[in-house]
This record gives sequence, structure tokens and C-alpha cells, in this order.
Amino acid sequence: MVSEVLKPDLAEPGRVQEKAPPDRKPEPTGRATFKIWRGDATRGELVAYTTHVSEGMVVLDAIHQIQAEQANDLAVRWNCKAGKCGSCSAEVNGMPKLMCMTRLSDLDLTKPVTVEPMRAFPPLRDLVTDVSWNFEVKRSIAPFTPRPPDAPDGTWRMAQSDVDRVQEFRKCIECYLCQDVCHVLRDHQMHDRFIGPRFLVYAAALEMHPLDVADRVPALKEKHGIGYCNITKCCTAVCPENITITDNAIIPLKERVVDEYFDPIGRLVKIFSRKSVR
Amino acid sequence: MAQYDTLDHDVLIIGAGGAGLRAAIEAASMGARVGVVCKSLLGKAHTVMAEGGVAAAMANVDDRDNWRVHFADTMRGGQYLNNWRMAELHAKEAPARVRELEAWGALFDRTPDGRILQRNFGGHRYPRLAHVGDRTGLEMIRTLQDHGIHRGLDVYMECTVVRLLKDGDRVAGAFGYDRERGRFRLWRAKAVVLATGGIGKSFRITSNSWEYTGDGHALAYDAGAELVDMEFVQFHPTGMVWPPSVRGLLVTEGVRGEGGILLNREGRRFMFDDIPENYRAQTADNEEEGWRYVIGDKTARRPPELLTRDHVARSIVREVREGRGSPHGGVFLDIAWIKRRLPNAPEHIRKKLPSMYHQFKELADIDITAQPMEVGPTTHYMMGGVRVDGDSQMSTVPGLFAAGEVAAGLHGANRLGGNSLSDLLVFGKRAGEFAARFAQERPAVRVDEREADAAIHEALAPFERPSNGAHGPYQIQDELQDFMQDLVGIVRNEADMRRALERIDRLRGEASRVAVSGHREYNPGWHTALDLRCMLIVSEAITRAALERKESRGAQFREDFPEKDPEYARFNIVVRKGSDGRMELDRRPIPALPAELAAVIEEMK
Repeated sequence: MVSEVLKPDLAEPGRVQEKAPPDRKPEPTGRATFKIWRGDATRGELVAYTTHVSEGMVVLDAIHQIQAEQANDLAVRWNCKAGKCGSCSAEVNGMPKLMCMTRLSDLDLTKPVTVEPMRAFPPLRDLVTDVSWNFEVKRSIAPFTPRPPDAPDGTWRMAQSDVDRVQEFRKCIECYLCQDVCHVLRDHQMHDRFIGPRFLVYAAALEMHPLDVADRVPALKEKHGIGYCNITKCCTAVCPENITITDNAIIPLKERVVDEYFDPIGRLVKIFSRKSVR
Repeated sequence: MAQYDTLDHDVLIIGAGGAGLRAAIEAASMGARVGVVCKSLLGKAHTVMAEGGVAAAMANVDDRDNWRVHFADTMRGGQYLNNWRMAELHAKEAPARVRELEAWGALFDRTPDGRILQRNFGGHRYPRLAHVGDRTGLEMIRTLQDHGIHRGLDVYMECTVVRLLKDGDRVAGAFGYDRERGRFRLWRAKAVVLATGGIGKSFRITSNSWEYTGDGHALAYDAGAELVDMEFVQFHPTGMVWPPSVRGLLVTEGVRGEGGILLNREGRRFMFDDIPENYRAQTADNEEEGWRYVIGDKTARRPPELLTRDHVARSIVREVREGRGSPHGGVFLDIAWIKRRLPNAPEHIRKKLPSMYHQFKELADIDITAQPMEVGPTTHYMMGGVRVDGDSQMSTVPGLFAAGEVAAGLHGANRLGGNSLSDLLVFGKRAGEFAARFAQERPAVRVDEREADAAIHEALAPFERPSNGAHGPYQIQDELQDFMQDLVGIVRNEADMRRALERIDRLRGEASRVAVSGHREYNPGWHTALDLRCMLIVSEAITRAALERKESRGAQFREDFPEKDPEYARFNIVVRKGSDGRMELDRRPIPALPAELAAVIEEMK
């Protein structure tokens, strides 16, 4: 059966591949140089490697090629190679990026490409950093606490629109690029006082979850240090999942903190409705 | 001899994807002290990549669905080689496991009346897959992870197990190393659950990451457990084929579930050309009916693009081989065409398939709302694995359990899409429960320190060998992947597979002489050298089992035996390590179905 309706679209099946998209530079060919940070917890330096490049390659491909051909012990984390697991975070030409989603065609290959580990975390070896702090932080946030089920069979009813609002936050792949770029963590090293954008997104996902009844607002103010964020939106700029971290997650949480602690009318209402603010 | 730390647990879970995490949560809830070893960071396992959804007969979208239909669909998809007890338990328990995830915070897409929405998928008679756009796996693993971290689990991130330890016949723990520092660790445990996932890295074109080197399969084999159905490797019909760096990357079946169609270079919708006899009654025979099915018309039958994965993959190979493929050796998958049927099609596509939209836009410069994708088969999933008891998930080694992809039985000769996410929930829970119970009922284990010393010696040997130049661990791995792809791939024959066996044998020799440089801290060259052993065991098991099955059924296609042979419907092929250390094969008769299950299958025909 031939699909008559569809034929016009496919008159030249190869056409879509041949046309260079307007917003990209031509695909690279030939050789390119990568200056990769090699070292450990105590010291390190950029080491230059030259390797061949071809159509469609991403930075992680180049790293793998160098690893297989020139530096078997080059340490790098990666898993899915599809932007879904958030393992291969690094700084490419100084920008926090997933190496698997950074096309060589988007880089200037006439100059060496620098690839460094995330700088907000302690280096372990080469491109691998110690991100264990993030796992500890997550455990410090009050877990999901659902309201009682809506139906006798133990299930809940939720509107798609309520689910949609939170699904943006639940897209997070925990690559920690937002943590890497956040100056509170990166420059001021306030890891003991501020949980960082990733975990503000996590807290927002819980706070705005249609079923959740826990109150994380006091902890956000005191323990999690939401006040340290001064809304520079660097985190939003680097998020590979395009989560609007600052506007959709952090600012609404800040508003909740303000409402609970600094709004006198709100306080009176709460006192009279016998709801504790603590 | 190098030092190692000894850690004690009641239950040790090896692997932290969906099955491992679900097992860990269950075992901990029963009071067991649980350790979880993950090869990567927590939350990065391949469950994250699962896109389409989790199959469970909740009947939220079509009230004709129930466990009996799901059971019959799973058995039909598996060509009746399935462990029917697992297929029964899976169909019955999947709905409760999905609802439980919701109670732990998972947010699935909704029906208009606020319940969990379900979508169409290949081989499932009714819309059955609970989903979150096309990132269901991420939602599942994150839910299990975020629930699990408050359950008192000891998680050992970035650790690889190199051997299982035994106390007599019983399993007694595991030995391995941490990637970060290269330190050795001995985990002593009364029960061990393998949840290591798949074997995709044995092939060149695969949707699997570096981790999927068949560790659990090989560890179980070495510990004396039986493997079964190893000939059945699922080649997912739709992987990306261009550009080369993303070749093999998965394109979710959800694209077809939402109305995507397959076309050859002539624009012909070739899936209508060959509809297998046993699916003819439930497959649309014209485009109009296929579309009506997609938009939820209950009187319509499903379009042929939603036939089982084995069949779709072979149809694509046929088109390519006969010269009707796309420019880069695949075929076209078109979802953009639905704009002719839906007013807001581009928006609908971005909403239902957000990560596919993103993936093609970013990596291939293709806008899937306007252009067709180029796709071809990619090594995706291992139906074969550790032979387990259907109820408890215990292997033939006492105290050694397996769940998820590393276990075999549920899927038979071919897995239906969506059944792996439900598999890991249902049997992850069961493995955790029975492992905890086993640990409660048994005395402590003793481990032999000499086993640890031997494992250390073996693991460090590559550092002590002189470099053999160009043939390092990566080159050996590349060679294995190349010939497994060519000789034991989608289309197989006796001569090719005999050659593969010879080459596996030769590579085993080379792997035993491989040298690595550098030191033990986070050294991927060393890790790759140690993974080779597992990959070679798995590759040999696949090849030998595929040679033994002289017929074509499910995922196994033999061009020298292109037909199904009823004789081969009567047994599974079992692989185990013989007393002389060589691989042994055995034909294990399939137990007869109980009358009530046989009646279900008959009724659903």
C-alpha cells in the first residue's frame, strides 16, 4: 500500500539531510585539538590532544576517541550519551555543558577546545569530580508526603494541568550544571548553608506536587538557605533540560517564605486560623 | 597482597536501576540490612533511558483490559517460550506496583477524569502503558531513588563487582572495587540480588551505555547458576542511524504509539506488506483504521507499525537489504504527517514526545514535527538471563536472586515494549522480599579469604603485564562488538556463528594478556579490561544458544532455518558452566500450562 497523501513530503528522501540548517556552521572535518584537564585532587594541568573529527560529533565522542587511542586512563563519567542521565557534565571552553549534547559544529575548532571538570566540586581525577555532597543534600530535604487517597481503591485523582506545572521540575536529570555555575557555591563555597538551584527545584517539585502536604518553607528559610540566591539566573541559562529554574521554581519558593515570615497580615491570618508559623 | 574493606549486609543488591532499587526498598521494609552496589552514580542507570511507559492492565483508558489480556499478550509476544508463572504474576501485580509508585510521588500523565493515562504500544491489545510524556523511565528511577534514600540503604556508588563469593553451595557475598580510588571491597551477605541489567555492549550498534557488559549474567554463570534463553537478544526496530556518533540511540516506540508510520524510500508504508498470521485478526488492514486506533476508536484494530519489535525490526532489515532504505541505511519514521489529521499537530508532538523532539533537534538537526526521522534496528534488550524461580526470583544457586533484565523468563523469545518497566517493579519487589526472607531464615555465611586474594590478583594482573601496543582493552572490545554485530546480529546462520565462536576464543586469549597503563584511581582503561571477561562469556552464551536453536522464532532469525519449528516450542535452552570449566548447553522442557492459563490463551486467540 502506497501512501498517496504522504508522497509529496518524501519526494526526495535524502533532501532533509543534505540541506545545512541555517543556524549551524558547516560540519567539521579533519583534525581538532582538545586541551583536557588532567590531574587529581592535588594538582593538574591542561594537556593537548589532537584527534580527527567528523560529521555529527559531540565533545564526548572526541573524549572517547582520545581515551581509546591516546590516553586509556583518561577519567570521564558518562552513561546514556543522549542527554538523559546527566553524567557527563563538564566545562567546555569555560561553559558548563553536557559533553554528549555539545556538538563540535557549534564550537570554533580553529582554536583548541578546552575541556575541564566542574569547578564547584572537588576534583577526583581528570574530568571526574566528587559530587557526593549533592546526594547528602537531597536526603536533608523532607520527603514526599501524600494526602490520604481520594478513592476507596487507594488511588488519587489529579488534573493534567496540575501535573504539568510540576513535570517541568521533574524533568531534571541531576547533571548539577546549575550547581556548578551558581556563584554561591562556586565562588563563595557556601555548601554548608545553601542547597543550590538543583535542590531548590527539587523542593519546588515537592512543594507544588498536587498530593504533597508537607511544609518545607521553614526549612527552606533556615536550613536550606534560600535567601542566599540573588536571582542572577545563571542556573537557568545552563540547564540542559531548559527548566526555568529561577522564575518557576526559586522565585515562587521565595514568595512562600516571604508570605510566611514577613507578611504581617498573613501572620495575623495564620495566628487566627491557629496554624503555627514555626 | 592488596588490602580490602569488608562490609556486612543481610541482603546485597548488585545494580541500582529500577529492579535493584525496588528490591532494595522491599528488603529494607522487611527489616533487612541492605547494601546497594551501583556501577555508576545513583540514579544514572539505564532505567533512565526508558521512554514509552510501564505496562499495567489498569483499564483506565479501555475498560476491556484486565490481567488476562495482558498475560495473553505477553505470552503471544514471547512465542510461548515464556515462564508462564512469571507472565501470570507480572500481569496480575503490575497495576498495584504502578499505583504504589504514585503513592511514592511519581506523577504520570492523566486521563480527563484524573486517573493515570495509558497509551498504545506494540503487541498490547489495549492502551496499557502508564507514562510521563516520553520520559517515563526517568520518572520511575527518580521516584524509587528519592523514596529509597530515606529507607536506610547503604549505597556504594561507582563500584564494580568482579566475582560472587560462595560458602559451600550458598552465595556468601561479592567482591569488587570502587572506581574512584581503585580500592577493593568485600561485601558479605546472606542473600544477593543481581539487578545488573543487560548486555548491549557486546554489539556495535546499541542503545546501551558502557555499563551494560553483562556483569550479572557472567557473575551468575561463574557462580554455577543456569542461564536461559540467551539466544534472544532484542533488536529494537527504531534506533537513530545518523549522524554516526548517535547511531543506535533509541527512538521510542511511543512515536509509533502516537501515530508515527514507517516508510521506505519510495514512500511506501511497508509494514502493511507482511502481517504475521497470528496477529492478522487484531491488526488494521488499511491506513484509515490504523489512524482511528491511534485516536482511541475502540472498534479499530492497531496499525501494523505496532506489531512486535522482532517483526518490525526484520521488516526494516528487509527493506534496507532490498535497496529501499533511506540514505543512511535505515527507513523513515514519520510522525509529522499527523498534521494532516490534527489541527495542532506540532504542539501535540512536542507535548507527547518532548525528549524525542529535543534529541533529534539537538543531535541531528531534524525537526520531527516537520520532517521524517531516519531509523534502523539497534541492540536494545536481553530477554535471556539468569534462570529463576517464578515466584521467588531465586536462581539455581541458593541465596542468589535476580530481577529485571538480568533475569530471564517473563519475555520468552521477544519482549513487548513497556513490559520491562513493569517487570522490574513486579520482580524487583519479589526478589527483595524473598531475599530478605531467605536471609532471615538462614545462619550467617563465612567467606574464604583466599577467594578475595585470588580476585585481587586477577584484577591487578593487567597492570603487571608488558604493553602489547595497539591491542589494548578498547581495541579488543571494538573487535568483539564488530563481529558480534556482523555474525550474531539480527540475521544469523550456522557458518557465521561458527566463525564468531572461533573469534571469541581467540579474543579470550588476547583479553587474558591485555595490559593497562596508569594507576588504579578512576582508570577507565583498567575497568574496560576487567569488563571484557563478562562480555566474552555473554557473547559465547548468545552464540552457542543461537546455534542450538535451529529455527526462527521471536528475536532469533536464522536465514538457514527461516521458519518456526514446532519441536523448538517445547523447550528452553539452558547454558551453564560445566565441571571442566567449559560452557554446557541443555534443552529444558517447558512445563505444561495449568488449565486455567491455557484457557486464557485460548480465549484471547
